[in-house]
Amino acid sequence: MNSSYTILATIIVLLFVFLYLSWVIVSNKIIDNENNKKIGKRRDFLFTASYALGAVGVGVSVWPLIDQMNPDASVKALATTEVDISKVEQGKTITVLWRGKPVFIRKRTKEEINDAQSVKLEELKDPQKDQERVKKAEWLVMVGVCTHLGCVPLGNKGDFNGWFCPCHGSHYDTSGRIRKGPAPTNLEIPRYEFVDNNTIKIG
Amino acid sequence: MSEKKFIPKSKFGQWFDSRLPLLTLSHHLSDYPTPKNLNYWWTFGGILTFCLIVQIVTGLVLAMHYVAHVDHAFESVEHIMRDVNYGWLIRYVHANGSSMFFLAVYIHIFRALFYGSYKSPREIIWIIGMLIYILMMVTAFMGYVLPWGQMSFWAATVITNLFSAIPLIGENVVTWLWGGYAVDNPTLTRFYSLHYLMPFLIFGLVVLHIWALHIPGNNNPVGIDLKKPSKDTVPFSPYIVVKDLYALIIFLIIFAGIVFFVPNILSHPDNYIKANPMVTPTHIVPEWYLLPFYAILRAVPSKLGGVVVMFASLFILMFLPWLDTSKIRSAVFRPLYKVFFWILVTDVIILGYIGANPPEGLYLLVGRIATIYYFVHFILIMPILGFKEKTIPLPISISDPVLSNQARTISKR
Repeated sequence: MNSSYTILATIIVLLFVFLYLSWVIVSNKIIDNENNKKIGKRRDFLFTASYALGAVGVGVSVWPLIDQMNPDASVKALATTEVDISKVEQGKTITVLWRGKPVFIRKRTKEEINDAQSVKLEELKDPQKDQERVKKAEWLVMVGVCTHLGCVPLGNKGDFNGWFCPCHGSHYDTSGRIRKGPAPTNLEIPRYEFVDNNTIKIG
Repeated sequence: MSEKKFIPKSKFGQWFDSRLPLLTLSHHLSDYPTPKNLNYWWTFGGILTFCLIVQIVTGLVLAMHYVAHVDHAFESVEHIMRDVNYGWLIRYVHANGSSMFFLAVYIHIFRALFYGSYKSPREIIWIIGMLIYILMMVTAFMGYVLPWGQMSFWAATVITNLFSAIPLIGENVVTWLWGGYAVDNPTLTRFYSLHYLMPFLIFGLVVLHIWALHIPGNNNPVGIDLKKPSKDTVPFSPYIVVKDLYALIIFLIIFAGIVFFVPNILSHPDNYIKANPMVTPTHIVPEWYLLPFYAILRAVPSKLGGVVVMFASLFILMFLPWLDTSKIRSAVFRPLYKVFFWILVTDVIILGYIGANPPEGLYLLVGRIATIYYFVHFILIMPILGFKEKTIPLPISISDPVLSNQARTISKR
């Protein structure tokens, strides 16, 4: 709503600037032409002004038709999910649905954490330290959607013992970072917090 | 159009035609002078019009029973298959109809490539045809999503994610397309709405396509300009109508064979599993008619690069009338182009085969070579060939080669 009003206001301001500028330009022409006794130019301004007003009118009426396709209030309302993680064992992953997307919550083993932390940043396509990707080293929480074209990667697979996307062959490591394949970035970390030791709130 | 001015016979006809010239139009369509040497590759235009009408009529009926909602879509399709009278037939005709539609359009496009039908003065016909082809792909993709099976869902996810490759605004565009943060109910309902709209846009473009065709008239296998009407042409009705109908019946026999005996041969079993956003099927592939483009997408080891190259492979076709520098239309008189034409056909089939297989090892290598060759054909071979090739002299008229052959055989006797 607010953004649409901002856009509307901007358009109207731009319209006035445009009208003023065209008036300045056109009135110069009128002065030039008065020597030749041609007075038709005044009408050009009216044409330009009408077209501009028409264009703004069309733009303003089309905007609701475009914006209606953006996420609606009911979709936005489902923005957070609370998850009980007390029953997750070491080396296991649970998958929960958040905003229609799967989120992986993995309790990592010591080796996995060591693997993830010992990787040199130069080796990474999208350099990011493991510590930046977790709140507690044991818990890896990330959106289970391949950053290539949106498939769900398979766990405990691939060349780096992390995740492997079957669609187009992207390999992720134990920190969910892209190591090989067409995906451009690491698996996304959603906004989340530990409500207490056994509960995570995603979103 | 060098036809005589048409005057309806009856008084009422004259009264009506002077107010709305529908009779003039129908007279033009039936009397339309057509080259008399058109072969069966030219019958696919009529077949395609038929396919479009079949898709619109069956689609209209399916829409009476289908429910566009994530909780009901999959079940409503099964309801059509099991409960609705002849629902199974109508759905199988609609689903396989899209494959038959694409089969016909590929033959139609390759015919134009072989006989140079895209060249001056037919560039606009070609460009409108390409627009129709693109709209067909969009329509087929959205239709494929509607049954809300696993393949539907993941096809929708992968294809819409192509737009996330756009720098800066990509993510916003995808969210806008989805109406949420993943493919979900809002996506399904808008795809349904657009899937219903698109065929009518295609229909409008088909009218323009035929209109643009009727200005210069048909190209022909010899590819030379004809006087119209003349001894080299025949009226569209009944000559071409009957030939088109005969081809259509053969086409329908194959169509019916698929619908009645192997209705699922072109679909994926995974689409009989209801959509599940938590699990991606291990091997996802698009429908066969999109496979070459899918292979091109995967041949490039970068997300944005792959998407750009894939769209380029489609849009490059629009510029074909200007990339082809040869003045000779028909490949019959272009011995080298004829060879390169068949190499291109093979290349596209190879790309299709690669698109159906996982992007690893040899498949990936072959896919890359075939992708490069595809572009080399249009960007290098086509322009250079026009200057270098030694073409065979064109006959004076389309009757000439036939008649001189006859004269030769008669004189031998």
